[in-house]
Amino acid sequence: MVRYIIRRLLWVLVLLVLVSFLTFVVFYIFPSADPAQLRAGRQPNPQLVEQIRHNLGLDKPWYQQYFDYMKRLVLHGDFGYSYQNNFSVRQQIFDRLPATVSLALGAAILWLVSGIAVGIISAVRRRTLIDRVSMGTALVAISAPVYWLGLVSLYLFSADLGKFPVPFFKGAGSYVPFSQDPSIWFQSLLLPWIVLAAAFAALYARLLRANLIEVMSEDYIRTARAKGLPERRVVLKHGVRSAITPIVTAAGLDIGILLGGAILTETVFNIPGIGRLAYDSIQNSDLPMIQGTVLLGAFFIVFANLVVDIVYAFLDPRVRYT
Amino acid sequence: MSPSQLLQIDDLRVDFATEDGVVHAVRGVSLEVEAGRMLGVVGESGSGKSVSMLTVMGLTRAENATIGGTATFEGKDLLSLSNDELRRIRGNDIAMIFQDPLSSLHPFYKVGAQLVEAIRTHNDVSKRAARSRAVELLKLVGIPDPEGRVDAYPHEFSGGMRQRAMIAMALANDPKVLIADEPTTALDVTVQAQILDLIARLQRELEMAVVLITHDLGVVAEHADEIAVMYAGQVIERAPTDVMFKAPEHPYTWGLLQSIPRLDRPRDEPLVPIPGRPPSLIALPGGCSFHPRCPYVRDRHRRVDPKLEQVPGQNGHLVRCLLDTQVRRDLWGELRRGRLPEDARNRVKLEDSA
Repeated sequence: MVRYIIRRLLWVLVLLVLVSFLTFVVFYIFPSADPAQLRAGRQPNPQLVEQIRHNLGLDKPWYQQYFDYMKRLVLHGDFGYSYQNNFSVRQQIFDRLPATVSLALGAAILWLVSGIAVGIISAVRRRTLIDRVSMGTALVAISAPVYWLGLVSLYLFSADLGKFPVPFFKGAGSYVPFSQDPSIWFQSLLLPWIVLAAAFAALYARLLRANLIEVMSEDYIRTARAKGLPERRVVLKHGVRSAITPIVTAAGLDIGILLGGAILTETVFNIPGIGRLAYDSIQNSDLPMIQGTVLLGAFFIVFANLVVDIVYAFLDPRVRYT
Repeated sequence: MSPSQLLQIDDLRVDFATEDGVVHAVRGVSLEVEAGRMLGVVGESGSGKSVSMLTVMGLTRAENATIGGTATFEGKDLLSLSNDELRRIRGNDIAMIFQDPLSSLHPFYKVGAQLVEAIRTHNDVSKRAARSRAVELLKLVGIPDPEGRVDAYPHEFSGGMRQRAMIAMALANDPKVLIADEPTTALDVTVQAQILDLIARLQRELEMAVVLITHDLGVVAEHADEIAVMYAGQVIERAPTDVMFKAPEHPYTWGLLQSIPRLDRPRDEPLVPIPGRPPSLIALPGGCSFHPRCPYVRDRHRRVDPKLEQVPGQNGHLVRCLLDTQVRRDLWGELRRGRLPEDARNRVKLEDSA
């Protein structure tokens, strides 16, 4: 197991190097705005542009730039400085991370709890009204794009400009860090959590329902009933225990992806997280910032994969890694 | 009901509504088993043998199932008990083991934990006490190193060991009735005999009533006291085991016996399969449900539904067949001499096709 984890961690490093390289290549191959031009402002003096280009190292060949970047990164953990405003990329990312983590984890709790509950009830009460209503709602939630759902919910319910304002749904741009004011932090994130969680909850509910229905026809469920266990225990301890493993996998990966930035939700609700940072840096052709956010996202994804695989070994005793 | 009968099933009927029509899975089955005795229930897949027993356990209760008849256990009709009342009997007074021991044990829980759960469901004992009882049970069913194996997962057990563990689980609460649904079908032949011997030994030691469901007459030959042969949801013949093998009365039973390889016959003697397939339980044939496959069918058999009746002069031997008793004896006599069903039919004068 330990050897397996070490091997996987080495692969994580290889993957990250690969991702950074690809980001670099993509940035140079595909046409983008000239960072030096953007930095120089309106109607710049050509000399100034050249000066900026030289200062940022943009006059060197791209592979030289990549090598310099990687050298700083590996030797000093230095992600470079924004082309746009000279801020440290690492500092920027750390400043933005709490907002993204708040958004992702809060939404994850919400969608796991609701998705699992609805999935179990729908499976147990299959073909009843409650099942049909839940699954119908789930289909709508899966089909609704998050930016549409976000805008509609702001339009309808936000405290500032909603048609039917709900006081504890603070509107877009109201985010404050938890350390500053937990109450406003919570109220500002409540609506984004719901919006972001909706599609995931629906997906998980459907997945769990399908799994559980299948599991409930397994022989070992019949054994559990033959033992005389109460039906509740048969479902929760024997059925859900088996049916939930794919949910754990999906949750690990989805949370991993979201930790790298929930671009749409963060943009709609104007939450200053990693997603917004990535979006802005792409707008500004700000390569170091793009690299930083892409690497962070890639790290979360590959790391989540590793965690999921390890957790799986604990969930299913038949799985053994060597 | 005679007082010695521990479990008495009377006129059990089970229908399942499906999209293709109503499946008449069990059509008026009556069986009983006494304490300390083993009843073998034999039949092909779809003959209703498993469904009958699962229904007694309440495991076929579903929206699409219609259940009729009675199943009396200790003065209570199991079929009319509430789910919760039946649940308290299930796994406690009446226990069941199943065909495939790998899929019947939960893959994610240790064998010991599954045993402990069975014990603690019906007994208010500490985890520690339940665990030592679990070890005891594993020892009882012949699992070597029970203290070590109690914490193993089912996939770490061999097929035979898994079935032993299943049996241990069934025995957890000293059941009075053990229903074994094809307990050896998924096992290697060598292991089959061990498991059957184990069940028989435990039955004697614990004085349980055992219902052994199988498709293989050979499996019940050695240990069962009585055998019931089922076909298309009905019992078609019932007799004490030695009678069933010596003087079977039903053409279907003859067919089953003739399709078993025997050591006391010449090795080149061909086995005689029963032609055809079991009938659809949705659209059953009229008359005797075995008539489409019966080599001795008469016209009348296609119209008249036979009743399960006592063989004249044979107490405890019941058969559901329209053939005349003497004709049946003659036919069996010919078959026993090694003749094929067609020869036997030609040599014995069957009644006229009235």
